[in-house]
Amino acid sequence: MNQSDRLSVLKTYKLYLGGAFPRSESGRVYEVTDSKNRWLANAPLASRKDARDAVVAARKAFGGWSGATAYNRGQILYRVAEMLEGRRDQFTAEVAAAEGLSKAKAAAVVEAAVDRWVWYAGWSDKVAQIAGSANPVAGPYFNLSSPEPTGVVAVLAPQDSSFLGLVSVLAPVIVTGNTAVVVAAEDAPLPALSLAEVLATSDLPGGVVNILSGRTAELATPLAAHQDVNAIDLTGAGAELATDLERAAADNLKRVRRPGPADWAADPGTDRLLAFLETKTVWHPMGV
Amino acid sequence: MAFAYAPAPESRAVVDLAPSYGLFIDGEFAEGAGGELRKTVSPATEEVLAEYTQATADDVDRAVRAARKAFGTWSALPGAERAKYLFRIARIIQERSRELAVLETLDNGKPIRESRDADLPLVAAHFFYYAGWADKLDHAGYGADPRPLGVAGQVIPWNFPLLMLAWKIAPALATGNTVVLKPAETTPLSALFFADICRQAGLPKGVVNILTGDGTTGAALVAHPDVNKIAFTGSTEVGKAIARTVAGTDKRVTLELGGKAANIVYDDAPLDQAVEGIVNGIFFNQGHVCCAGSRLLVQESVAEELLASLKRRMGTLRVGDPLDKNTDIGAVNSAEQLARITALADAGEAEGAERWAPACELPTTGYWFAPTLFTGVTQAHRIAREEIFGPVLSVLTFRTPAEAVEKANNTPYGLSAGIWTEKGSRMLWTASKLRAGIVWSNTFNKFDPASPFGGYKESGYGREGGRHGLAAYLAGAEGPTSERGARDGERDR
Repeated sequence: MNQSDRLSVLKTYKLYLGGAFPRSESGRVYEVTDSKNRWLANAPLASRKDARDAVVAARKAFGGWSGATAYNRGQILYRVAEMLEGRRDQFTAEVAAAEGLSKAKAAAVVEAAVDRWVWYAGWSDKVAQIAGSANPVAGPYFNLSSPEPTGVVAVLAPQDSSFLGLVSVLAPVIVTGNTAVVVAAEDAPLPALSLAEVLATSDLPGGVVNILSGRTAELATPLAAHQDVNAIDLTGAGAELATDLERAAADNLKRVRRPGPADWAADPGTDRLLAFLETKTVWHPMGV
Repeated sequence: MAFAYAPAPESRAVVDLAPSYGLFIDGEFAEGAGGELRKTVSPATEEVLAEYTQATADDVDRAVRAARKAFGTWSALPGAERAKYLFRIARIIQERSRELAVLETLDNGKPIRESRDADLPLVAAHFFYYAGWADKLDHAGYGADPRPLGVAGQVIPWNFPLLMLAWKIAPALATGNTVVLKPAETTPLSALFFADICRQAGLPKGVVNILTGDGTTGAALVAHPDVNKIAFTGSTEVGKAIARTVAGTDKRVTLELGGKAANIVYDDAPLDQAVEGIVNGIFFNQGHVCCAGSRLLVQESVAEELLASLKRRMGTLRVGDPLDKNTDIGAVNSAEQLARITALADAGEAEGAERWAPACELPTTGYWFAPTLFTGVTQAHRIAREEIFGPVLSVLTFRTPAEAVEKANNTPYGLSAGIWTEKGSRMLWTASKLRAGIVWSNTFNKFDPASPFGGYKESGYGREGGRHGLAAYLAGAEGPTSERGARDGERDR
């Protein structure tokens, strides 16, 4: 049979929750199209219940992930980059379709995303050395400040960059030991849902990253109000929604990263890496 | 056996109080737009100490405009020059520390021993520490030539009035910001005296502005559109209201809020030292401390011995005249706070916990609460969950280290915690599991300008003190509630 006559096997895109790939508990899907409005797939239209389930999974994973050695986390993130490298063609096609890029431009975006994982992977066992400090207090005390992960972070992925943008907001959150609930770009969720397949085969413990597709406002609202979410990155929210979410987030004093203009191709710096860390300072007397 | 003490009062002649005070705006004292005066009283005697001005929204606007006008010149000064102003302030505070300690004790009710030996030395040290950063910001890890945010609106509590002022003003000025600071309504005096220190130091006008008033003044300051940064220390409830107010703006925020710290005593702890630490942890400053060790978690096997020893020690605490150099526990800061403490302690009894306090005679005027201990407390009791902010200790027990950590972390707060054990590995394991910003091991309630202070979870966000404390006042530095427009924080210059 001629290659072009062959009917392709389509993929059923699913959510990624607690290391598993369920459909939305609501049974809903929505149509995802390419930049020319051609049908690409039906993505799960995740519900508020899916968002709450994702928080439960992320909380369950937090102890193990934050307690893993930094070296271990770094190797797992590097493993993610290795798995991505092998799937460059797939992601190139998905990014090209999602963002209306030429194949060459999409390939460059995917390569930049792989390189960004590698860059962040190396930070795992260095961040404490740039964010911590030994403090010379005026007394006979040992005094050390160290960064610790904030906890469960809700991440609204950028709407304008379905893959490089996603990687740029997700990798810095988890490399320091946080766990994440990600709301994928609303109109272009497929690269995010495919990234889940990479994460699931990279030794990343289930629940460290949970990925939801659907309406950003519908999913972000319960996440911003959730009492067991410690922080929220509002990158993917428009100004009006972001204000509502920030107000809701005040109820348990979530750490909030407000949205702003971003150049996903630029050197990311350490802002995002350091945004979801707490500083713990331990005192102990010295003496014989 | 009982020891009798002769009274040893510190003289209050060293403090010269005016009958009334205006607002310190643009380098001079001015009357408030509303013309309303309030009284500040000594909580130990209920005597009126002075009148002060209730600042209105118009006054807030005037002060913010003065701070904005001063910002251009102040932020453009070489760091070395800003440093010298701060060093001057630190030195003048040292020179006037006896006066300021007595003033603080009069207005706040805390024992002179604490204002003299803890508050004032820490205030001067804080200015001295941040003075040295002003010309070294390039090396602080926040990029080359990090820029200030602009005008900082700062609202501080009544428990450590001058120390909280220092924690707010010193890093803000070192980084090139200008400030509008509002002290608490029950303790406005030391901030007004600080205005005079700014005058003596020759600080350019408008760099520091002091507005007195109640919560409405603070709310107006937080909501003012030309304030770039809010720094608040106080209750979690007000902290949440501030976080809601700034939603959707470019304002950066740091919040240092309530706590319900666990103080964990393992079976191998040096019990005599632990008892001293427990007493210091909960009775320091009448328990008006956000990081107070208000939940004592004792390992079951040593609970009986520890409690007997603790009660014996509590019986020796001297409650009374804050100006007496022998006093351990002074007056509760206000009638309102006394009512809150009383209500929560009553709730503890009503919910079934067992209340104990040493026999102690309380003065007949002023606001007083005896050091109090509750045993038989469960995690569901209000006295184990809510911040009492008074000299009330709730005692719970545990069997295993895992249980201790679980109970310690079972709170929406996460400011501080204590650990008492002789075993290093157990201490470090416990410290790593506690979700709290400060962990004191075999010590408690230690503070230092070089040591970052601030909480996890609903105890707020951001750090004060140390290199970390600079981030709260620099554009582009990492931190919560940030980043939209943070890189162009120098707007409107």
